[in-house]
Amino acid sequence: MGFERMIERSLPAGLSRRAFLKAGAAAGGGLLIGIGLPGLMGGAEAAGKDAAEFTPNAFVRIGRDGRVTLVMSQVEMGQGTYTSMPMLIAEELEVPLEQVTLEHAPPDNKLYGNPLFGVQITGGSTSVRAYWVPLRQAGASARSMLITAAAQHWKVDPAACHAERGEVIHAATGRKLKYGALADAAAKLPLPDKVALKDPKDFKLIGTPAKRLDTPDKLNGKAQFGIDARLPGMKIATVAACPVFGGKPVKFDEAKARATPGVHQVVALDNAVAVVADHMWAAKQGLAALDIQWDEGPNARLKTDDIVAQMAQAAEQPAADALAIAKNEGDVTKAAAAAPTKVDAVYQAPFLAHATMEPMNCTVQVTKDGCDIWTGTQVISVAQLVASKITGLPLEKVRVHNHLLGGGFGRRLEVDYVMQAVQIAKQVDGPVKVVWTREEDVQHDMYRPYYYDKLSAALDDKGMPVAWSHRIVGSSIIARFIPGAIKPGEPDPDAVEGAAETIYDIPNRHVDYVRHEPPGIPTAFWRGVGPTHNIYVVESFIDELANKAGKDPLDYRRALLGKSPRALAVMNLAAEKAGWGKPMPAGSGRGVSVQFAFGSYVSQVAEVAVDKDGSLRVQRVVCAVDCGYTVNPDTVRAQMEGGIIFGITAVLYGQITLENGRVQQSNFHNYQMLRMNQAPLVEVYLLPSAEAPGGIGEPGTAALAPAVLNAIHAATGKRLRKLPVDTAQLAST
Amino acid sequence: MITLNINGQIHQADVTPDTPLLWTLRDVLGMTGTKFGCGMALCGACTVQVDGQPTRSCVTPVAALAGKKITTIEAIGSTPAGKHIQEAWRDLEVVQCGYCQSGQIMSASALLAGNPHPSDEDIDNAMSGNICRCGTYVRIRAAIKQAAQNAQGAAPAHNAAGGA
Repeated sequence: MGFERMIERSLPAGLSRRAFLKAGAAAGGGLLIGIGLPGLMGGAEAAGKDAAEFTPNAFVRIGRDGRVTLVMSQVEMGQGTYTSMPMLIAEELEVPLEQVTLEHAPPDNKLYGNPLFGVQITGGSTSVRAYWVPLRQAGASARSMLITAAAQHWKVDPAACHAERGEVIHAATGRKLKYGALADAAAKLPLPDKVALKDPKDFKLIGTPAKRLDTPDKLNGKAQFGIDARLPGMKIATVAACPVFGGKPVKFDEAKARATPGVHQVVALDNAVAVVADHMWAAKQGLAALDIQWDEGPNARLKTDDIVAQMAQAAEQPAADALAIAKNEGDVTKAAAAAPTKVDAVYQAPFLAHATMEPMNCTVQVTKDGCDIWTGTQVISVAQLVASKITGLPLEKVRVHNHLLGGGFGRRLEVDYVMQAVQIAKQVDGPVKVVWTREEDVQHDMYRPYYYDKLSAALDDKGMPVAWSHRIVGSSIIARFIPGAIKPGEPDPDAVEGAAETIYDIPNRHVDYVRHEPPGIPTAFWRGVGPTHNIYVVESFIDELANKAGKDPLDYRRALLGKSPRALAVMNLAAEKAGWGKPMPAGSGRGVSVQFAFGSYVSQVAEVAVDKDGSLRVQRVVCAVDCGYTVNPDTVRAQMEGGIIFGITAVLYGQITLENGRVQQSNFHNYQMLRMNQAPLVEVYLLPSAEAPGGIGEPGTAALAPAVLNAIHAATGKRLRKLPVDTAQLAST
Repeated sequence: MITLNINGQIHQADVTPDTPLLWTLRDVLGMTGTKFGCGMALCGACTVQVDGQPTRSCVTPVAALAGKKITTIEAIGSTPAGKHIQEAWRDLEVVQCGYCQSGQIMSASALLAGNPHPSDEDIDNAMSGNICRCGTYVRIRAAIKQAAQNAQGAAPAHNAAGGA
């Protein structure tokens, strides 16, 4: 979410700032350490925060039974957070990972906000980056207090004691005490002024492929996703919103719906109708029986081509108040005028749905005394806020019970489905679970924006770029998501991320952004956010320049990466492992991409095979990663593997189109996903690094598209500048 | 009232005969391990086994299940193939968000139970109906092969029991 930029703003001194800790007795016994995170405490932490004002953002509790509980707001959506966060604590606290339980924090921005954003958000590949230092500090402090408590008990010097596997040991006498037995005594001790964090060479857990703590229950049906919420007396509802955005229901056959066995109630909202029933099948049957007639409103004739035509025009003649400069270095005009060669291109990226495997759903019970919400959300406190507004209940009367997320990818950063469920539940007696059909999920998503990019470069007599211009046209998600975050004249930092800054050494660069909001289709974050779009464009265009210069795309990039040694290193590794330069059969080709995004360096080499009819197969993807210090290397690999598959789905199939204001795709037959029989070989190589950790949830997706498109060019000589791939263009005649 | 044999137990459900097994399991009988993904047999999230065959419960009306044995994710671990699949899934850390994995495990267990040496092509054929949005295919393929190997290691007992 312009995540990089937001992070830079909130962390002026980088990521290593000290957290604020407070220790005391836990309710019910044991030691409790509160962790206050600098980003949330304004500038006050620099001067030292008054203890009375201290509000922790996460808690570590060590119980009398020795169990360590971590209470924090990061959610698990497959990215491994429920394992990597406990690893940080366990490492410094010297307990086995299995001894740590992660408990989900209730909604409270003051207490549990993500230090990088100030609200409870899991997104932007930020969890490890935010908690890397604070959780280790908390673990080290607790360990120190437990050691002191044991030393006092034994009347020995704390320096003669050490901690190991949840116990304090006095080596000289062989005496041992378990943490559980020490927790109450430790809670009475002052927090140490300073604790030394372990030297990374002494890490036992961080950097090892620890087993994920959430896996066992995901193998036997026990894991509870939002859609699995069950309450006494609960009804099931399903819903149809107007198929044209901005429309509303005018007429429906309520009696016929109510005549369906199992149907209890029909609930009309401003833009939708819901049927409440005993179970989903009855609700679906009832919804079909309604025969809803819609007032389709002003977008009834909207089609994708019209939106694209508007964007093309905005690219040529942007409105003054829509244009913002993201980067201006050197003098592009002058440099281009003097250069012998120019290259121009227009790239386009489509609207995309998220299609999380768990369709949108939310269970709500509204009574006059309170509102309870059971769902999976990346923004628990926003869910609480909107429910409070809709019900008129004070915030503290709205309780959000967060669940595992059956996929996030940015979709569950939005609360549209929560708002709708609360509106329905207000009219239903007892708890109601609102479940969207897949059709509703695809046709009422909030979509990755369409982007229209116009590029121009000038090459010197050796074919190297001396001037680079890039205009990005697309909707601003940040402007909607964080009102007021973007000042007039500033670009949306997410929309230009991966384009404004570059790893390449190009002397004259101009990057600007034209905000263009499409009518009749809501837009939102999608896996890889800004970089997924911009890296596709930049890395494709760099390849075009190499082609124009008649140079090998890898060598061409090498010549431009003199100031980006980490980028160069991952690219060289990916190329070496992929066997760059080795001959390939006719119709096949290799393509490369390299990037810096989310604090991590990633390079991918894709191999594709194109048949005579244009059909395409991605056969192999080799990925090299330098994401700084790695907490759980197996999670990094898994995120890269998954991000690559996610990226291939988008390159081969992904597009949402509008006709007569309606989304034309509806389910997995026409909004296709990559399947097992199409999955390539994927190899992931990690470069060891002592740098601060970077994000890993999203960069794997961002790097994929250009590697594949560049491979298609290598295989066919055809340059595709529009996604998804149009195989008809690749057919050889 | 519909009678169903699920995981070796007899259940009664008050649903119309056309009601898909998926919603009967999830909303009526409270067995939420079987997941809803598409409602059209396109994604495999709802896969159960009916007499050992992988079956999309979202398009299988309960009326079609009289006298049949239904196995769901909640009980697949008590079958030899299911146990090997679950263990391999754990060993190779297949799972990410986990939502599709009930269906993946049901399909993979059925494959392994009927084919102790699945080739890549067999895996493609058996597993391509199960979508994973997190993209765990690479590991699913490896885990099926590992499960097959482990089952082989434990083979004498199974061979004796399973015959040809």
